[in-house]
Amino acid sequence: MTAGFKPKHQRLVLVVLALVAILAAGALAAWALKNQASYFYIPSQIVANPPDPDRGVRLGGMVKAGSLKTAADGITMHFVVDDGKAQVPVTFAGIAPDLFKEGSGVVAEGHMMKDGTFVADNLLAKHDENYVPRELQDMSKQQARQTVAETR
Amino acid sequence: MIAEFGLAALWLAAALAALQLIAAVLGQRKGGETLALLVRPAAVAQALLCGLAFLMLLWVFARTDLSVLLVAENSNAQSPLIFKIAGAWGNHEGSMLLWVTIMAAAGGLIALIERRLPERTMSATLGAQAFVTFGFYTFILFASNPFNRLASAPQGGGLNPLLQDPGLAFHPPTLYCGYVGLSIAFSFAVGALLTRQVTPEFARVMRPWILGAWIFLTIGITAGSYWSYYELGWGGWWFWDPVENASLMPWLAATALFHSVSVLASRDALRTWTIMLGVVAFSMSMIGTFLVRSGILTSVHAFAVDPTRGMFILVLLAINIGGALALFAVRAGTIAEGERFSALSREGALVINNVTLSAVLGIVLLGTLYPLVTEAFGVRVSVGPPYFNPVSAIFVFPMLVVLAVGPLLRWRGDRLARIKTPAIAVAAVGLAALLALWLIAGIAFLELLGLTLAAVVAVAAFLPLRGRSLKRLPLPVWGMCVAHFGIAVALFGMSVDSAFTVETLTAASVGQTIDVGPWKVRLDAVEPVAGPNWTALSGRLSASYHGGAEHELTPMSRTFWAPPQTTSESALLTRWNGQLYTVIGEGTPDGRWQLRLWWKPFVTCIWLGGFLIALGGFLALVGRVSVDVRRRVATRKIAARRAEMAAV
Repeated sequence: MTAGFKPKHQRLVLVVLALVAILAAGALAAWALKNQASYFYIPSQIVANPPDPDRGVRLGGMVKAGSLKTAADGITMHFVVDDGKAQVPVTFAGIAPDLFKEGSGVVAEGHMMKDGTFVADNLLAKHDENYVPRELQDMSKQQARQTVAETR
Repeated sequence: MIAEFGLAALWLAAALAALQLIAAVLGQRKGGETLALLVRPAAVAQALLCGLAFLMLLWVFARTDLSVLLVAENSNAQSPLIFKIAGAWGNHEGSMLLWVTIMAAAGGLIALIERRLPERTMSATLGAQAFVTFGFYTFILFASNPFNRLASAPQGGGLNPLLQDPGLAFHPPTLYCGYVGLSIAFSFAVGALLTRQVTPEFARVMRPWILGAWIFLTIGITAGSYWSYYELGWGGWWFWDPVENASLMPWLAATALFHSVSVLASRDALRTWTIMLGVVAFSMSMIGTFLVRSGILTSVHAFAVDPTRGMFILVLLAINIGGALALFAVRAGTIAEGERFSALSREGALVINNVTLSAVLGIVLLGTLYPLVTEAFGVRVSVGPPYFNPVSAIFVFPMLVVLAVGPLLRWRGDRLARIKTPAIAVAAVGLAALLALWLIAGIAFLELLGLTLAAVVAVAAFLPLRGRSLKRLPLPVWGMCVAHFGIAVALFGMSVDSAFTVETLTAASVGQTIDVGPWKVRLDAVEPVAGPNWTALSGRLSASYHGGAEHELTPMSRTFWAPPQTTSESALLTRWNGQLYTVIGEGTPDGRWQLRLWWKPFVTCIWLGGFLIALGGFLALVGRVSVDVRRRVATRKIAARRAEMAAV
């Protein structure tokens, strides 16, 4: 890239420089994606093969009827997410989405603790007919059948 | 009748686009000059017709003509007028019509006023524009017709409550002006490749259009970020949502593009690279549209899930991007090498700017597409801040260092010794900031670095003014300083928000006082309120800053009835040094109310910075355009004088 290069060489140097930077970005991105992407689990998967507690994951399933309890502080909720085969207790502190209720689908973002409870940082619930979290789209309909099919 | 009129206008506009394309193609041949004369009028007429069709759509929405399917599904007679009109683009079909209207308008505008380039290049450019626009016309007419009539009895579905906000009136049109404005850069690049006219003159012609699109994009992203910040009630301002990324990617490409275009304009270097970026920038706009409008993603922005539409847009995308890249591959070798420059020069710094921006673009693109790719293999993942923040920072932070010194360098080649004093001053500011922050506040590495760089860039932004007469300084230089300073301001806001935000989440009974940072917030009452198309439970909060005067805030939980949906409306209190952000949740069985409160110091700097960046672009645009106009007047005068002399 110094003035000593012939024009043709300068162009070549620029192209190589750009390629190296972009390949480096790509390699870095691939490595980081592998480590930082948050995987989607259903209860039977997460019970069979629990992820590391320091890894952010998503858990999707149905809120089990009768399992939702609010703690004495008024903001911590405990409920059980169910896929018909396995159940995972979930803890969430915060304001739940408006359509979050027992018997309907939920996707919880958070971490799986060593003791088998899932600590959620955020809950995604069905908004209305048109705005459903991606993971819940096919779940709400024939949820049981589909989750079982996916486990295999 | 109105709807049919609109549809007819749309068909005519599509036909004119086809005519424009054919005339441009045939006009390229020897002896086709007469046909090529048709291109400009066709572009203008097409823009007018498409604009007319869009006005007709606004008309049926304003009147809530429920016999039109789109209106019946997305509007409601009881909504306020502004939401009725804005609702015209708050849905898939309407927003695509807005997209193509802006595209046609942009094409019509260059046809009308751009006279500096050789006529052959100009007609190739307008031909490329017609080609892309025609593709989108066919999409609208065959897969996404906004004027379809309704067969059965209508009932009026209403607009998604999250979109019932004044933001809807401005955010999509602004963002689309930016997205689609980049199609001009794309067409110019294709036109220049076809006619082998990659010259500094071409760069000067292209530059204001890129700047204009980039300004709209900057404002659109900034406004969209603030909208989601107060509307969604999560207290965040950027979620790395695929749809946000879809707007960020064209912005990154456009930012790189107008930096490289100024190298081409002033120094006749980076020819091939600029052409490539011109193609990439609008490709990113199209990929963004595909991601948002194909139903492949689900979010507030994605209106409908219809696989045929997704396929249609994907095919358009493949034809446009693939075609342009193929043309690039064939012709790139024939573009002669531009002027040389040394590594240590303004050009060298701008190359680093371009390369790092492209790297960040690649990182965002990979992160956005990765979940779609893995899903094809049956694995569902989502990619969020833990990926995007650190990985993009690796490239953004070095780029900001270059930003601090780059503008001080001379074109072509420079010596380090010449910029020693300012460089040392900037480094000293950085070190002092780093040390002070490290000693005072125990904050995380990324925020520490962000704040340090914000200080460095803020000071360095105005160094190019050193030793120059402020009165005679050209507007574009002012623009650069303001925009770079805006980056510092935004970075400062982001880092402070991330490092010093205080959050309190609690269930409070009426009369109780809650602490959040320097604020004391008392819950006075929770009462029912009614709006035009909703009812709500509204909390009444009294907040006082460090024991000062009390301010009232009323966060609500709103229930809309068309469509039936509940949203939470946050209430914000802005001070010069930050914002108090309050959200009310549900009542607990024992009569308390869930409250979520944030104190966000200097968070407003994020959007202030965004608008400063856009203002910088605006100053540069005004500067460039006024010089062009003056030059044009001068040439006309000289020509007139010459004609006079010849006559004498």
